[in-house]
Amino acid sequence: MPDHHSANFISPGVDCGWCCTDIKNLTVIKGQKTIIHDINLHMHCGELTAIIGPNGGGKSTLLKAIIGENAYRGEISFHDRAGKRRGKPQVGYVPQRWDFDPGAPVSVADLFFTLQNKKPVWLFSSRKMRARIAESLARVQAEHLIDRKVGQLSGGEMQRVLLALAMEPVPELLLLDEPVSGVDYKGRELFYQIVSDFRRQYDLSILMVSHDLDLMRHFADRLVLLNGTILCQGHPEQVLKNSQIAHIFGQIDQNNNFRNFLPPDRNIV
Amino acid sequence: MELWYTVSGKLLPFSWTEHQFMLNALLAVLLVTPLFGMLGTMVVNNKMAFFSDTIGHSALTGIGIGVMMGLNQPLWAMIIFAVFMAAAVSLLKEYTLTSADTVIGVFAAAAVALGIVILSRGGGFNKYSGYLIGDLLSISPGELKLMLIVTGLFIGYWYYSFNPLMLISIHSSLARSRGINVRWVEIAFVVALAVIVTISIQWVGILIINSLLVLPAATARNFSAGIRQYHFLAILISGVSGITGLILSYYWDTATGATIVLVAAALYVVSLLKKYVWG
Repeated sequence: MPDHHSANFISPGVDCGWCCTDIKNLTVIKGQKTIIHDINLHMHCGELTAIIGPNGGGKSTLLKAIIGENAYRGEISFHDRAGKRRGKPQVGYVPQRWDFDPGAPVSVADLFFTLQNKKPVWLFSSRKMRARIAESLARVQAEHLIDRKVGQLSGGEMQRVLLALAMEPVPELLLLDEPVSGVDYKGRELFYQIVSDFRRQYDLSILMVSHDLDLMRHFADRLVLLNGTILCQGHPEQVLKNSQIAHIFGQIDQNNNFRNFLPPDRNIV
Repeated sequence: MELWYTVSGKLLPFSWTEHQFMLNALLAVLLVTPLFGMLGTMVVNNKMAFFSDTIGHSALTGIGIGVMMGLNQPLWAMIIFAVFMAAAVSLLKEYTLTSADTVIGVFAAAAVALGIVILSRGGGFNKYSGYLIGDLLSISPGELKLMLIVTGLFIGYWYYSFNPLMLISIHSSLARSRGINVRWVEIAFVVALAVIVTISIQWVGILIINSLLVLPAATARNFSAGIRQYHFLAILISGVSGITGLILSYYWDTATGATIVLVAAALYVVSLLKKYVWG
Protein backbone atom coordinates (compact mmCIF):
# COMPACT_ATOMS: atom_id res chain seq x y z
CA MET A 1 0.00 0.00 0.00
CA PRO A 2 1.46 3.40 -0.90
CA ASP A 3 2.21 5.70 1.96
CA HIS A 4 -0.96 7.64 1.90
CA HIS A 5 0.18 10.62 3.88
CA SER A 6 3.68 11.11 2.62
CA ALA A 7 4.55 14.60 1.44
CA ASN A 8 5.27 13.61 -2.13
CA PHE A 9 1.80 12.31 -2.67
CA ILE A 10 0.74 15.35 -4.64
CA SER A 11 -2.06 14.62 -6.97
CA PRO A 12 -4.72 17.29 -7.00
CA GLY A 13 -8.25 16.17 -6.73
CA VAL A 14 -7.51 12.85 -5.09
CA ASP A 15 -10.09 12.27 -2.44
CA CYS A 16 -10.08 8.77 -1.15
CA GLY A 17 -12.89 9.52 1.26
CA TRP A 18 -12.13 6.43 3.25
CA CYS A 19 -10.00 7.61 6.07
CA CYS A 20 -11.78 9.68 8.62
CA THR A 21 -11.76 11.08 12.12
CA ASP A 22 -14.68 10.29 14.35
CA ILE A 23 -15.65 12.21 17.45
CA LYS A 24 -18.25 10.51 19.60
CA ASN A 25 -20.11 11.96 22.56
CA LEU A 26 -17.31 14.31 23.46
CA THR A 27 -17.88 16.29 26.65
CA VAL A 28 -15.50 18.71 28.36
CA ILE A 29 -16.11 19.77 31.94
CA LYS A 30 -13.91 22.33 33.67
CA GLY A 31 -14.40 22.53 37.40
CA GLN A 32 -18.15 22.40 37.84
CA LYS A 33 -18.95 23.83 34.47
CA THR A 34 -19.81 21.91 31.33
CA ILE A 35 -18.14 23.75 28.47
CA ILE A 36 -19.19 21.50 25.60
CA HIS A 37 -21.23 18.33 25.64
CA ASP A 38 -22.28 15.45 23.38
CA ILE A 39 -20.26 16.50 20.39
CA ASN A 40 -20.55 14.09 17.48
CA LEU A 41 -18.49 14.86 14.40
CA HIS A 42 -17.42 12.81 11.46
CA MET A 43 -14.67 14.21 9.28
CA HIS A 44 -13.52 12.71 6.02
CA CYS A 45 -10.15 13.27 4.48
CA GLY A 46 -10.13 15.89 1.76
CA GLU A 47 -12.83 17.76 3.60
CA LEU A 48 -12.71 21.17 5.25
CA THR A 49 -15.07 21.52 8.19
CA ALA A 50 -15.51 25.00 9.61
CA ILE A 51 -16.79 25.52 13.14
CA ILE A 52 -18.70 28.70 13.76
CA GLY A 53 -20.41 29.89 16.88
CA PRO A 54 -20.48 32.66 19.45
CA ASN A 55 -17.54 33.48 21.71
CA GLY A 56 -17.65 31.21 24.72
CA GLY A 57 -19.46 28.56 22.69
CA GLY A 58 -16.58 26.12 23.19
CA LYS A 59 -14.88 26.23 19.80
CA SER A 60 -11.34 26.48 21.11
CA THR A 61 -12.19 24.05 23.90
CA LEU A 62 -13.12 21.43 21.32
CA LEU A 63 -9.81 21.86 19.49
CA LYS A 64 -7.86 21.73 22.73
CA ALA A 65 -9.62 18.52 23.68
CA ILE A 66 -8.55 17.02 20.38
CA ILE A 67 -4.90 17.97 20.90
CA GLY A 68 -5.07 16.55 24.41
CA GLU A 69 -4.79 19.78 26.40
CA ASN A 70 -8.30 19.59 27.82
CA ALA A 71 -9.43 16.44 29.56
CA TYR A 72 -12.60 15.04 28.01
CA ARG A 73 -15.10 12.22 28.13
CA GLY A 74 -16.02 10.51 24.92
CA GLU A 75 -14.04 9.17 22.04
CA ILE A 76 -11.80 10.55 19.34
CA SER A 77 -10.64 8.01 16.82
CA PHE A 78 -9.04 7.87 13.43
CA HIS A 79 -9.64 5.17 10.82
CA ASP A 80 -7.30 4.72 7.92
CA ARG A 81 -8.11 3.54 4.44
CA ALA A 82 -7.84 -0.13 5.28
CA GLY A 83 -10.58 0.39 7.83
CA LYS A 84 -8.47 -0.73 10.75
CA ARG A 85 -8.77 1.24 13.95
CA ARG A 86 -5.73 3.36 14.33
CA GLY A 87 -6.48 5.20 17.54
CA LYS A 88 -5.92 8.92 17.83
CA PRO A 89 -5.33 10.97 14.73
CA GLN A 90 -1.96 12.59 14.28
CA VAL A 91 -2.77 16.27 14.46
CA GLY A 92 -1.27 19.50 13.19
CA TYR A 93 -2.33 22.59 15.09
CA VAL A 94 -2.34 26.24 14.10
CA PRO A 95 -3.13 28.39 17.14
CA GLN A 96 -4.95 31.66 17.19
CA ARG A 97 -2.76 34.63 16.45
CA TRP A 98 -0.95 35.82 19.55
CA ASP A 99 1.50 38.58 20.37
CA PHE A 100 4.89 37.02 20.02
CA ASP A 101 7.54 38.84 22.01
CA PRO A 102 9.11 41.06 19.32
CA GLY A 103 12.46 41.05 21.11
CA ALA A 104 12.76 37.27 21.37
CA PRO A 105 15.79 36.01 19.46
CA VAL A 106 13.91 33.26 17.64
CA SER A 107 14.11 33.04 13.87
CA VAL A 108 11.63 31.18 11.68
CA ALA A 109 14.28 28.55 10.98
CA ASP A 110 14.79 28.12 14.74
CA LEU A 111 11.10 27.48 15.15
CA PHE A 112 11.18 24.62 12.65
CA PHE A 113 14.38 23.23 14.03
CA THR A 114 13.02 23.20 17.57
CA LEU A 115 9.95 21.30 16.49
CA GLN A 116 11.60 18.71 14.34
CA ASN A 117 14.66 17.77 16.31
CA LYS A 118 15.49 16.02 19.52
CA LYS A 119 18.99 17.43 19.41
CA PRO A 120 19.10 20.83 21.08
CA VAL A 121 18.84 23.74 18.73
CA TRP A 122 21.73 25.49 20.52
CA LEU A 123 24.19 22.84 19.46
CA PHE A 124 23.28 21.77 15.97
CA SER A 125 22.38 23.11 12.59
CA SER A 126 22.67 21.54 9.19
CA ARG A 127 22.37 22.58 5.61
CA LYS A 128 20.17 19.63 4.81
CA MET A 129 17.77 20.67 7.52
CA ARG A 130 17.72 24.20 6.20
CA ALA A 131 16.83 23.03 2.73
CA ARG A 132 13.94 21.05 4.15
CA ILE A 133 12.71 24.06 6.07
CA ALA A 134 12.84 26.22 2.94
CA GLU A 135 10.85 23.59 1.10
CA SER A 136 8.29 23.50 3.84
CA LEU A 137 7.96 27.28 3.83
CA ALA A 138 7.59 27.32 0.06
CA ARG A 139 4.32 25.42 0.46
CA VAL A 140 2.82 28.49 2.10
CA GLN A 141 4.62 31.07 -0.05
CA ALA A 142 6.89 32.07 2.80
CA GLU A 143 10.35 30.83 1.82
CA HIS A 144 11.70 34.39 1.99
CA LEU A 145 10.92 34.53 5.72
CA ILE A 146 13.33 31.81 6.81
CA ASP A 147 15.82 34.10 8.60
CA ARG A 148 13.35 36.63 9.95
CA LYS A 149 12.74 36.95 13.64
CA VAL A 150 9.37 35.44 14.49
CA GLY A 151 8.40 38.53 16.49
CA GLN A 152 8.80 40.72 13.42
CA LEU A 153 6.46 38.86 11.10
CA SER A 154 3.15 40.42 10.14
CA GLY A 155 -0.03 38.66 11.25
CA GLY A 156 -0.60 36.98 7.91
CA GLU A 157 3.04 35.92 7.56
CA MET A 158 3.10 34.51 11.07
CA GLN A 159 0.03 32.40 10.48
CA ARG A 160 1.36 31.04 7.19
CA VAL A 161 4.59 30.06 8.95
CA LEU A 162 2.56 28.33 11.67
CA LEU A 163 0.57 26.55 8.98
CA ALA A 164 3.76 25.30 7.34
CA LEU A 165 4.88 24.13 10.78
CA ALA A 166 1.63 22.25 11.36
CA MET A 167 2.14 20.48 8.03
CA GLU A 168 5.50 19.07 9.17
CA PRO A 169 4.99 16.14 9.15
CA VAL A 170 1.78 16.05 7.14
CA PRO A 171 -0.90 15.36 9.75
CA GLU A 172 -4.03 13.26 9.47
CA LEU A 173 -6.14 16.00 10.96
CA LEU A 174 -5.28 19.66 10.64
CA LEU A 175 -6.73 21.90 13.34
CA LEU A 176 -6.90 25.66 12.93
CA ASP A 177 -8.14 27.90 15.72
CA GLU A 178 -9.32 31.20 14.25
CA PRO A 179 -6.08 31.20 12.29
CA VAL A 180 -6.43 34.59 10.66
CA SER A 181 -8.52 36.72 12.97
CA GLY A 182 -7.18 40.25 12.81
CA VAL A 183 -5.45 39.70 9.47
CA ASP A 184 -6.49 41.87 6.50
CA TYR A 185 -8.89 40.54 3.87
CA LYS A 186 -6.22 39.75 1.29
CA GLY A 187 -4.11 37.92 3.84
CA ARG A 188 -7.13 35.90 4.96
CA GLU A 189 -8.07 34.97 1.44
CA LEU A 190 -4.53 33.83 0.65
CA PHE A 191 -4.44 31.78 3.83
CA TYR A 192 -7.74 30.05 3.15
CA GLN A 193 -6.73 29.41 -0.43
CA ILE A 194 -3.56 27.65 0.73
CA VAL A 195 -5.44 25.60 3.34
CA SER A 196 -8.06 24.73 0.79
CA ASP A 197 -5.40 23.52 -1.65
CA PHE A 198 -3.74 21.42 1.03
CA ARG A 199 -6.97 19.58 1.63
CA ARG A 200 -6.88 18.21 -1.89
CA GLN A 201 -3.12 17.90 -2.36
CA TYR A 202 -2.50 16.01 0.83
CA ASP A 203 -5.92 14.55 1.34
CA LEU A 204 -6.29 15.90 4.87
CA SER A 205 -9.20 16.30 7.19
CA ILE A 206 -9.29 19.93 8.24
CA LEU A 207 -11.17 21.36 11.17
CA MET A 208 -11.13 25.13 11.37
CA VAL A 209 -12.67 27.62 13.74
CA SER A 210 -13.59 30.77 11.86
CA HIS A 211 -15.70 33.89 11.98
CA ASP A 212 -15.34 34.57 8.27
CA LEU A 213 -18.77 33.44 7.16
CA ASP A 214 -18.38 35.01 3.78
CA LEU A 215 -15.10 33.28 2.99
CA MET A 216 -16.22 30.04 4.61
CA ARG A 217 -19.22 29.92 2.34
CA HIS A 218 -16.69 29.72 -0.45
CA PHE A 219 -13.99 27.47 1.02
CA ALA A 220 -15.60 25.12 3.53
CA ASP A 221 -17.26 21.84 2.60
CA ARG A 222 -19.24 21.81 5.77
CA LEU A 223 -20.23 24.25 8.48
CA VAL A 224 -20.80 23.26 12.09
CA LEU A 225 -22.62 25.63 14.38
CA LEU A 226 -21.35 25.13 17.92
CA ASN A 227 -22.71 26.70 21.07
CA GLY A 228 -22.18 24.33 23.98
CA THR A 229 -23.12 21.53 21.66
CA ILE A 230 -23.58 21.19 17.91
CA LEU A 231 -26.76 23.03 16.96
CA CYS A 232 -26.64 22.27 13.28
CA GLN A 233 -24.22 21.14 10.61
CA GLY A 234 -24.25 20.68 6.88
CA HIS A 235 -23.52 22.39 3.62
CA PRO A 236 -22.50 26.05 4.20
CA GLU A 237 -25.49 27.49 2.32
CA GLN A 238 -27.93 25.38 4.27
CA VAL A 239 -26.42 26.19 7.62
CA LEU A 240 -26.22 29.89 6.89
CA LYS A 241 -29.88 29.94 5.95
CA ASN A 242 -30.81 28.34 9.21
CA SER A 243 -32.70 30.73 11.41
CA GLN A 244 -30.80 29.57 14.48
CA ILE A 245 -27.76 31.46 13.21
CA ALA A 246 -29.56 34.76 13.17
CA HIS A 247 -30.99 33.96 16.56
CA ILE A 248 -27.62 33.14 18.11
CA PHE A 249 -25.59 35.90 16.62
CA GLY A 250 -28.21 38.56 16.90
CA GLN A 251 -27.62 39.78 13.45
CA ILE A 252 -25.43 39.12 10.47
CA ASP A 253 -24.23 42.18 8.64
CA GLN A 254 -24.20 42.69 4.88
CA ASN A 255 -20.84 40.98 4.56
CA ASN A 256 -22.19 38.02 6.44
CA ASN A 257 -19.92 38.72 9.38
CA PHE A 258 -21.31 38.27 12.83
CA ARG A 259 -22.23 41.21 14.93
CA ASN A 260 -23.17 41.21 18.57
CA PHE A 261 -21.19 38.22 19.63
CA LEU A 262 -22.86 36.78 22.66
CA PRO A 263 -22.05 37.12 25.49
CA PRO A 264 -18.86 39.15 25.50
CA ASP A 265 -17.84 38.39 29.06
CA ARG A 266 -17.68 34.63 28.62
CA ASN A 267 -14.28 34.16 27.20
CA ILE A 268 -13.11 30.59 27.39
CA VAL A 269 -9.49 30.09 26.55
CA MET B 1 42.45 19.17 41.81
CA GLU B 2 46.26 18.89 41.68
CA LEU B 3 46.07 18.79 37.92
CA TRP B 4 44.02 21.97 37.88
CA TYR B 5 46.50 23.79 40.18
CA THR B 6 49.47 22.77 38.04
CA VAL B 7 47.89 23.58 34.71
CA SER B 8 46.31 26.86 35.71
CA GLY B 9 49.42 27.92 37.65
CA LYS B 10 51.53 27.42 34.53
CA LEU B 11 49.09 29.00 32.13
CA LEU B 12 48.21 31.98 34.25
CA PRO B 13 51.37 33.48 35.67
CA PHE B 14 49.73 36.36 37.52
CA SER B 15 50.00 37.44 41.10
CA TRP B 16 46.42 36.44 41.86
CA THR B 17 46.93 32.88 40.66
CA GLU B 18 49.54 32.30 43.33
CA HIS B 19 46.78 31.83 45.85
CA GLN B 20 45.09 28.49 45.92
CA PHE B 21 41.75 30.02 46.94
CA MET B 22 41.81 32.13 43.80
CA LEU B 23 42.37 29.07 41.65
CA ASN B 24 39.50 27.33 43.44
CA ALA B 25 37.29 30.33 42.85
CA LEU B 26 38.30 30.51 39.20
CA LEU B 27 37.35 26.89 38.67
CA ALA B 28 34.04 27.51 40.43
CA VAL B 29 33.36 30.47 38.16
CA LEU B 30 34.18 28.41 35.07
CA LEU B 31 31.79 25.69 36.22
CA VAL B 32 28.89 27.80 37.42
CA THR B 33 28.65 30.81 35.12
CA PRO B 34 27.84 28.76 31.97
CA LEU B 35 24.96 27.15 33.85
CA PHE B 36 23.63 30.54 34.81
CA GLY B 37 23.93 31.70 31.22
CA MET B 38 21.95 28.69 29.98
CA LEU B 39 19.25 28.82 32.63
CA GLY B 40 19.02 32.56 32.13
CA THR B 41 18.06 32.21 28.46
CA MET B 42 14.90 30.41 29.51
CA VAL B 43 14.23 32.57 32.57
CA VAL B 44 14.29 35.66 30.38
CA ASN B 45 12.28 34.07 27.57
CA ASN B 46 9.57 32.98 29.96
CA LYS B 47 9.60 36.22 31.96
CA MET B 48 10.46 34.29 35.12
CA ALA B 49 12.84 36.80 36.67
CA PHE B 50 10.53 37.38 39.61
CA PHE B 51 10.08 33.65 40.06
CA SER B 52 13.81 32.91 40.18
CA ASP B 53 14.22 35.76 42.62
CA THR B 54 11.73 34.03 44.90
CA ILE B 55 13.69 30.80 44.69
CA GLY B 56 16.78 32.70 45.79
CA HIS B 57 14.96 34.29 48.70
CA SER B 58 13.49 31.01 49.86
CA ALA B 59 17.04 29.96 50.67
CA LEU B 60 16.74 31.96 53.90
CA THR B 61 13.96 29.71 55.10
CA GLY B 62 15.93 26.69 53.94
CA ILE B 63 18.86 27.80 56.08
CA GLY B 64 16.47 28.38 58.97
CA ILE B 65 15.01 24.90 58.70
CA GLY B 66 18.49 23.42 58.43
CA VAL B 67 19.58 25.25 61.56
CA MET B 68 16.49 24.14 63.49
CA MET B 69 17.21 20.56 62.51
CA GLY B 70 20.68 21.07 63.93
CA LEU B 71 22.48 20.54 60.63
CA ASN B 72 25.98 21.89 60.42
CA GLN B 73 25.69 22.42 56.68
CA PRO B 74 22.19 23.61 55.77
CA LEU B 75 22.71 23.03 52.02
CA TRP B 76 20.47 19.98 51.77
CA ALA B 77 17.68 21.64 53.72
CA MET B 78 18.02 24.65 51.44
CA ILE B 79 17.80 22.56 48.29
CA ILE B 80 14.80 20.57 49.46
CA PHE B 81 12.96 23.69 50.52
CA ALA B 82 13.76 25.53 47.28
CA VAL B 83 12.52 22.59 45.20
CA PHE B 84 9.36 22.46 47.28
CA MET B 85 8.82 26.20 46.79
CA ALA B 86 9.41 25.98 43.06
CA ALA B 87 6.99 23.10 42.60
CA ALA B 88 4.38 24.70 44.87
CA VAL B 89 4.44 28.01 43.06
CA SER B 90 4.21 26.47 39.60
CA LEU B 91 1.34 24.18 40.61
CA LEU B 92 -0.55 26.96 42.37
CA LYS B 93 -0.10 29.17 39.35
CA GLU B 94 -1.74 26.50 37.25
CA TYR B 95 -4.63 25.61 39.52
CA THR B 96 -5.71 28.99 40.79
CA LEU B 97 -6.95 31.88 38.77
CA THR B 98 -4.74 34.31 40.67
CA SER B 99 -2.15 35.99 38.52
CA ALA B 100 1.30 34.43 38.66
CA ASP B 101 2.73 37.72 39.87
CA THR B 102 0.54 37.74 42.95
CA VAL B 103 1.13 34.09 43.83
CA ILE B 104 4.87 34.52 43.53
CA GLY B 105 4.82 37.77 45.50
CA VAL B 106 2.99 36.12 48.35
CA PHE B 107 5.39 33.18 48.44
CA ALA B 108 8.51 35.35 48.23
CA ALA B 109 7.47 37.58 51.10
CA ALA B 110 6.37 34.67 53.27
CA ALA B 111 9.56 32.72 52.66
CA VAL B 112 11.83 35.64 53.50
CA ALA B 113 9.82 36.51 56.60
CA LEU B 114 9.80 32.94 57.85
CA GLY B 115 13.53 32.63 57.29
CA ILE B 116 14.28 35.86 59.16
CA VAL B 117 12.00 34.89 62.04
CA ILE B 118 13.71 31.54 62.50
CA LEU B 119 17.25 32.84 62.08
CA SER B 120 16.79 35.94 64.24
CA ARG B 121 15.51 33.97 67.20
CA GLY B 122 17.76 34.92 70.11
CA GLY B 123 19.24 37.81 68.15
CA GLY B 124 21.68 35.72 66.16
CA PHE B 125 20.90 36.80 62.63
CA ASN B 126 24.35 38.31 62.05
CA LYS B 127 25.84 34.84 61.99
CA TYR B 128 23.98 34.19 58.77
CA SER B 129 24.38 37.52 57.05
CA GLY B 130 27.22 35.97 55.04
CA TYR B 131 24.58 34.23 52.96
CA LEU B 132 23.22 37.58 51.85
CA ILE B 133 26.47 38.55 50.17
CA GLY B 134 28.08 35.18 49.57
CA ASP B 135 31.75 34.25 49.61
CA LEU B 136 33.21 32.70 46.52
CA LEU B 137 36.75 32.69 47.88
CA SER B 138 35.85 30.26 50.64
CA ILE B 139 34.94 27.47 48.26
CA SER B 140 36.54 24.15 49.14
CA PRO B 141 37.78 21.33 46.89
CA GLY B 142 34.96 19.11 48.18
CA GLU B 143 32.39 21.67 47.13
CA LEU B 144 34.06 21.98 43.77
CA LYS B 145 33.59 18.26 43.24
CA LEU B 146 29.89 18.60 44.02
CA MET B 147 29.71 21.40 41.50
CA LEU B 148 31.45 19.37 38.85
CA ILE B 149 28.86 16.63 39.27
CA VAL B 150 25.98 19.10 39.21
CA THR B 151 27.36 20.76 36.08
CA GLY B 152 27.65 17.42 34.32
CA LEU B 153 24.13 16.40 35.25
CA PHE B 154 22.73 19.74 34.25
CA ILE B 155 24.31 19.73 30.81
CA GLY B 156 22.82 16.29 30.21
CA TYR B 157 19.42 17.58 31.27
CA TRP B 158 19.76 20.69 29.13
CA TYR B 159 20.67 18.64 26.07
CA TYR B 160 17.37 16.79 26.17
CA SER B 161 15.01 19.45 27.49
CA PHE B 162 16.00 22.54 25.61
CA ASN B 163 13.80 22.08 22.55
CA PRO B 164 10.64 21.19 24.49
CA LEU B 165 11.25 24.12 26.84
CA MET B 166 11.77 26.46 23.95
CA LEU B 167 8.59 25.28 22.30
CA ILE B 168 6.56 25.73 25.47
CA SER B 169 7.93 29.23 25.87
CA ILE B 170 6.77 29.98 22.33
CA HIS B 171 3.25 28.58 22.63
CA SER B 172 2.16 25.96 25.13
CA SER B 173 -0.81 24.62 23.14
CA LEU B 174 1.42 24.23 20.12
CA ALA B 175 3.83 22.27 22.29
CA ARG B 176 0.95 20.15 23.58
CA SER B 177 -0.18 19.36 20.05
CA ARG B 178 3.28 17.92 19.46
CA GLY B 179 2.88 15.50 22.33
CA ILE B 180 4.99 17.41 24.85
CA ASN B 181 3.97 16.97 28.46
CA VAL B 182 3.93 20.64 29.30
CA ARG B 183 3.46 20.33 33.03
CA TRP B 184 6.32 17.90 33.62
CA VAL B 185 8.76 19.74 31.42
CA GLU B 186 7.96 22.93 33.30
CA ILE B 187 8.30 21.34 36.71
CA ALA B 188 11.60 19.71 35.76
CA PHE B 189 12.85 23.12 34.71
CA VAL B 190 11.89 24.92 37.91
CA VAL B 191 13.42 22.10 39.95
CA ALA B 192 16.68 22.36 38.00
CA LEU B 193 16.59 26.11 38.45
CA ALA B 194 15.97 25.75 42.18
CA VAL B 195 18.83 23.30 42.67
CA ILE B 196 21.42 25.32 40.75
CA VAL B 197 20.43 28.64 42.33
CA THR B 198 20.45 27.19 45.84
CA ILE B 199 23.80 25.47 45.51
CA SER B 200 25.35 28.70 44.26
CA ILE B 201 23.84 30.93 46.90
CA GLN B 202 26.54 30.49 49.52
CA TRP B 203 29.12 31.81 47.03
CA VAL B 204 27.18 34.45 45.17
CA GLY B 205 24.78 35.67 47.84
CA ILE B 206 21.01 35.82 48.14
CA LEU B 207 20.79 39.51 47.34
CA ILE B 208 22.35 39.40 43.91
CA ILE B 209 22.08 35.83 42.65
CA ASN B 210 19.10 36.63 40.50
CA SER B 211 20.96 39.31 38.58
CA LEU B 212 23.57 36.76 37.61
CA LEU B 213 20.77 34.68 36.14
CA VAL B 214 19.01 37.48 34.29
CA LEU B 215 21.77 39.84 33.13
CA PRO B 216 23.82 37.64 30.77
CA ALA B 217 20.73 36.38 28.94
CA ALA B 218 19.19 39.85 28.77
CA THR B 219 22.46 41.16 27.33
CA ALA B 220 22.74 38.32 24.81
CA ARG B 221 19.18 38.96 23.69
CA ASN B 222 20.10 42.43 22.53
CA PHE B 223 22.83 41.05 20.30
CA SER B 224 21.15 37.95 18.85
CA ALA B 225 19.10 37.13 15.79
CA GLY B 226 18.62 33.43 16.49
CA ILE B 227 18.44 30.91 19.30
CA ARG B 228 21.89 29.45 18.76
CA GLN B 229 23.58 32.83 18.90
CA TYR B 230 21.50 33.81 21.92
CA HIS B 231 22.46 30.69 23.81
CA PHE B 232 26.19 30.86 23.14
CA LEU B 233 26.40 34.59 23.80
CA ALA B 234 24.60 34.17 27.12
CA ILE B 235 27.18 31.58 28.19
CA LEU B 236 30.06 33.67 26.92
CA ILE B 237 28.87 36.87 28.59
CA SER B 238 28.23 35.02 31.82
CA GLY B 239 31.70 33.49 31.76
CA VAL B 240 33.45 36.74 30.86
CA SER B 241 31.63 38.65 33.62
CA GLY B 242 32.51 35.88 36.08
CA ILE B 243 36.24 35.85 35.34
CA THR B 244 36.54 39.63 35.04
CA GLY B 245 34.57 40.13 38.24
CA LEU B 246 36.69 37.61 40.13
CA ILE B 247 39.96 39.27 39.11
CA LEU B 248 38.67 42.78 39.79
CA SER B 249 37.41 41.75 43.22
CA TYR B 250 40.91 40.49 44.03
CA TYR B 251 42.56 43.79 43.20
CA TRP B 252 39.77 45.95 44.63
CA ASP B 253 39.33 43.76 47.68
CA THR B 254 35.55 43.63 47.26
CA ALA B 255 32.87 40.92 47.50
CA THR B 256 33.29 38.67 44.47
CA GLY B 257 29.64 37.92 43.67
CA ALA B 258 28.70 41.58 43.64
CA THR B 259 31.70 42.52 41.51
CA ILE B 260 30.73 39.88 38.95
CA VAL B 261 27.21 41.23 38.82
CA LEU B 262 28.53 44.77 38.31
CA VAL B 263 30.58 43.64 35.33
CA ALA B 264 27.52 41.85 33.91
CA ALA B 265 25.44 44.98 34.41
CA ALA B 266 28.06 47.07 32.61
CA LEU B 267 27.92 44.65 29.67
CA TYR B 268 24.15 44.95 29.67
CA VAL B 269 24.42 48.73 29.39
CA VAL B 270 26.77 48.27 26.44
CA SER B 271 24.23 45.99 24.78
CA LEU B 272 21.51 48.59 25.25
CA LEU B 273 23.72 51.26 23.72
CA LYS B 274 24.50 48.94 20.84
CA LYS B 275 20.84 48.22 20.26
CA TYR B 276 19.32 51.67 20.63
CA VAL B 277 22.10 54.17 20.03
CA TRP B 278 24.62 52.61 17.66
CA GLY B 279 22.35 49.98 16.19
